[in-house]
Amino acid sequence: MTTERVSIAVIGAGPAGLSAAAHAAEIGITHLLLEAGASHASTIQKYQKGKHVMAEPGVLPLRSALPFAAGTRETVLERWATGLAGHRVNVRYGAEVVAIRGARPRFQVVLRDGEVIEAENVVLAIGVQGNPRRLGVPGEELTCVQYQLDDADAYHGEIIVVVGAGDAAIENALALRRRNTVYLVNRAAEFSRAKEGNLAAVTREIESGALGCFYKSSCARIEATPDGERRYRLTLNTETGEAQLACDRIIARLGAIPPRQFVESCGVVFPNAEPTALPSLSEKYESTVPGLYVVGALGGYPLIKQAMNQGHESVEYSLGRAVEPADEPILRERFAPLPFGLPVSQTLALIRSRVPLFAEVNPLLLRELVLGSAVHAPQPGTVLFRKNDYTNSFYTIVSGSVEMELGDDGRQRIELRQGQFFGEMSLLSGRRRSGGAIAGAGCVVLETPRREILKLMSSVASVRRVVDELFIIRAIQSSFAPDASFEELRAVAAGARLNRYRPGEMLFAEGAVADCLHLVRSGSVAVLRQLGGRDIVTSYVAAGNYVGEMGLIGRTRRSASVRANVATETVSIDAAAFDALLSRNASLRERIQATVRDRLAANARMQGQTQAGDLISFLMQQGLGEATDVLLINESLCVGCDNCEKACAETHDGTSRLDREAGPSFAQVHVPTSCRHCEDPHCMTDCPPDAIRRAPDGEVYIRDNCIGCGNCQRNCPYGVIQMAAEQPPKPSLVSWLLLGRGPGPGGVGAKAADPHAPKKAVKCDMCKDLAGGPACVRACPTGAAIRISPDRFVELAHGSDV
Amino acid sequence: MSSLHESALAYRGRRYLWVALALTAAATGAYLWHSPPLPPNGGTWLGYTLGIVAALLILWLMALGVRKRSYHSALGTVRGWVSAHVYLGLAALVLATLHTGFHFGRNVHTLAYALLCGVTVLGVAGVILYARYPARMSANRQGRARAQLVEEIGDLDAKALRVAQALPGEYLEAVRSARDRLVLGGGAWTLLTGRDRSRVVLPGSDGASAALANPAQATLIAWLGDHLARSQDGELSPRIQSLLTLVSAKRVAVERLTRDLALQAWLDVWLYLHVPLSFALLATLVAHVVSVFLYW
Repeated sequence: MTTERVSIAVIGAGPAGLSAAAHAAEIGITHLLLEAGASHASTIQKYQKGKHVMAEPGVLPLRSALPFAAGTRETVLERWATGLAGHRVNVRYGAEVVAIRGARPRFQVVLRDGEVIEAENVVLAIGVQGNPRRLGVPGEELTCVQYQLDDADAYHGEIIVVVGAGDAAIENALALRRRNTVYLVNRAAEFSRAKEGNLAAVTREIESGALGCFYKSSCARIEATPDGERRYRLTLNTETGEAQLACDRIIARLGAIPPRQFVESCGVVFPNAEPTALPSLSEKYESTVPGLYVVGALGGYPLIKQAMNQGHESVEYSLGRAVEPADEPILRERFAPLPFGLPVSQTLALIRSRVPLFAEVNPLLLRELVLGSAVHAPQPGTVLFRKNDYTNSFYTIVSGSVEMELGDDGRQRIELRQGQFFGEMSLLSGRRRSGGAIAGAGCVVLETPRREILKLMSSVASVRRVVDELFIIRAIQSSFAPDASFEELRAVAAGARLNRYRPGEMLFAEGAVADCLHLVRSGSVAVLRQLGGRDIVTSYVAAGNYVGEMGLIGRTRRSASVRANVATETVSIDAAAFDALLSRNASLRERIQATVRDRLAANARMQGQTQAGDLISFLMQQGLGEATDVLLINESLCVGCDNCEKACAETHDGTSRLDREAGPSFAQVHVPTSCRHCEDPHCMTDCPPDAIRRAPDGEVYIRDNCIGCGNCQRNCPYGVIQMAAEQPPKPSLVSWLLLGRGPGPGGVGAKAADPHAPKKAVKCDMCKDLAGGPACVRACPTGAAIRISPDRFVELAHGSDV
Repeated sequence: MSSLHESALAYRGRRYLWVALALTAAATGAYLWHSPPLPPNGGTWLGYTLGIVAALLILWLMALGVRKRSYHSALGTVRGWVSAHVYLGLAALVLATLHTGFHFGRNVHTLAYALLCGVTVLGVAGVILYARYPARMSANRQGRARAQLVEEIGDLDAKALRVAQALPGEYLEAVRSARDRLVLGGGAWTLLTGRDRSRVVLPGSDGASAALANPAQATLIAWLGDHLARSQDGELSPRIQSLLTLVSAKRVAVERLTRDLALQAWLDVWLYLHVPLSFALLATLVAHVVSVFLYW
């Protein structure tokens, strides 16, 4: 039944929705803010007490009826609550929207209880977290069932059942078991999805009996037992039949249902099936349904300030008013040095018309892309990047030309013109630049950071297709046939396949028929030979190189097996497709034969060195196959003085980014817990302010605009990122020595850090700003600590049998 | 040892060894060539020269402590400094010895020289310890960190307690007391000698419990073995057996940990003497220089 008619319905009371509703209230139009939860800004409510909320990006002005500045969680929430009351925002909590039907000017917003609200326009601001997956069993509505745990210390002496087998479930169970009796309910027979640290901890706790666990079990029903010793009874379906458990509380951590399904059910179109795809939106945040606006994280804008601005602007747009976007001055300034002299919107249109890659990109996405990019108009001859730089940004030529230097000596030159792009090799493989780029005459280029272009590739299928195809062509060109024509290469590329391998998966086995070559596009592989019934690793092949070259010159059998060290992508090229290229190019055949010769020699060297092979296998097991620079400690030299850690802390705001003692060892080679600067860094995958960057020399570092969300810490499989507050500065050596002031060199600050001080993610930056290189290595008195790239593992292992 | 790691002693093809040898050879040559009117002593021009060079060397050797803590410094690497410190430290002793002209007495001058000898001997001990002990520690820990050994002992204790709960009270008492009275480390002497001062409470023949020394869990193992040998109970025996297995595993871990702590203590102890003695040397050196210039 229809109960209410409003001009604008805002769904979701996060920063974007709050700002939209507050603006509607401010200008006096009828509105209703619907929130499924019990309070505003539920994500921020869930932050720990006193957590510092940051206001990135600093350059972007705030445009909202509500105030927002960096501060503690409490201040931010408090000021919003005051703002909501002050503007008399019409808000309804506990109102879960289950459907949105129709279009402007007559939307029907259906709530869970069947109530229907009519609206002329709808602003959808539900974020990306989705709703928690529910238990779906009788009794799930009882108050003992909860889907999150705010404060483990709030409960004690209870019997608590945690349902789920992921990291969230394990972490909750471990935190609760200190003061309660806790049982885990796991649908499977093991905790296969958990991080290694959590897995080890939970297994130990279960084995020692401190934590109960029901494997291969699921919930059947929950009943209240007012007369029982405990208030509720949970019935489980286990392998051996039903089991009953008296309990006080059930915490279900079953993950969340992504909101896409709901958004699609409203009629909103997504460009493709990629899980990371964003809904198709106009420049005015309007979805494919007229009058339905998508703002905030759901539209691809995860930062609070952006979301608030969009909420505000969406209300203006829905009223048919033109608003200059809040980021307009930023773009204007960015375009100022360009020779076009056009207003922002026309410059954007010009870029779009000149670069075929962007033809299918919608204006909003393009604007966002340009906003996240740097625009350069360099003098002819300016070096954009050098061969072997570690940068991974992507370049598009808006006008003029760019000269690429290819080949081993960089003497071979190719001219790229307006509309073409480059830099995709490093972007996709995470490896160093395979060639240099130099600005030509009248050059204007757009330099897009890796994250922005990956976001675009996952949203716009045509961009992915074009970049992928050109990657293959250029990879073949730079590896084998620098002088082949584009058409020839295209023919070879047409027969190429993109393969994905899981860690440990075989690309091919020793003895199999050799019929293709693999170009490693990302990740890395190990070459293994069967010797005396064991697999001995004979070499390590990083992204950007190829394996299985024998498959192309003689139709033989594989002389070794090749296995993916980490998640790896390869481009495989069939021998047949390559024949044409080979027959025309005698030097190419010679070059491949030379590679074969080198590999065979390396194989022969490694034979009999079983420990060397084992050492490489060990290093690969530590995930070092995706490393670019790793700290290794020789245990036969390390005296345990921890000067490496002290040096790290002293040169990095008081927090050591390496843990010397932690981590495994093999054959006296110890892999401490320290960043290995992955080729394709896991930490970069979900950084809202895009604070994690890669420097030209390969260092993966975190910039000052980190908002302290902790995503990178969770995403790093090697546990090398910490959340840390800045330590107070230390006294000088002399005043410590003579006057006894403060902690001495290498000492920890006596004053406990303020627990509410804003914490930011910290990790190894390879001391990129220090003269002389990594402090850990330079501070090692005995020579035990070295940093090397995986290319030198074979060399490292060589000495291990001596 | 891997080929990419290079010890401090081998730094840059032992460059400072050659520097030190050249310095010593030059000093010795000069000493042999020089024939002063009086027997060689610190007061001749060569004596002064040797003394000044040796004193400057000592000051520079002590600057290692500053360089080691100057974490921002790009002035060479600490490894390079250590390499030079070792070789030039030995050279300093030779120079100082020649500076004495082999005149010794009961005075502050000879005290300074004796302290230098002491510091050097400790330094040489340090070099030997650094060369040998890390590999022993690594072999002893077998790829595990110290914290993991501690964790392993805790795990074994928890398992043993659960087994003991199904046995008569004296077993529980024994296992629990062995856990509670496990002593790792202690004072310097205990650490260095690797003594295990753990105890265990066992019922005596008269029924009264007594706390007995339990080094490396041996007393508890013997007691359990004794009970197992005498047990006729088909239900109890397998439990005592598994308890014995767990305590034996704990013994291995405890022994490893004690040994690890002892080796670490040896790696640390020489430096606790080397550095204070160096400062004592510095003080007497100042006294020596001042007294020479003021009162000679």
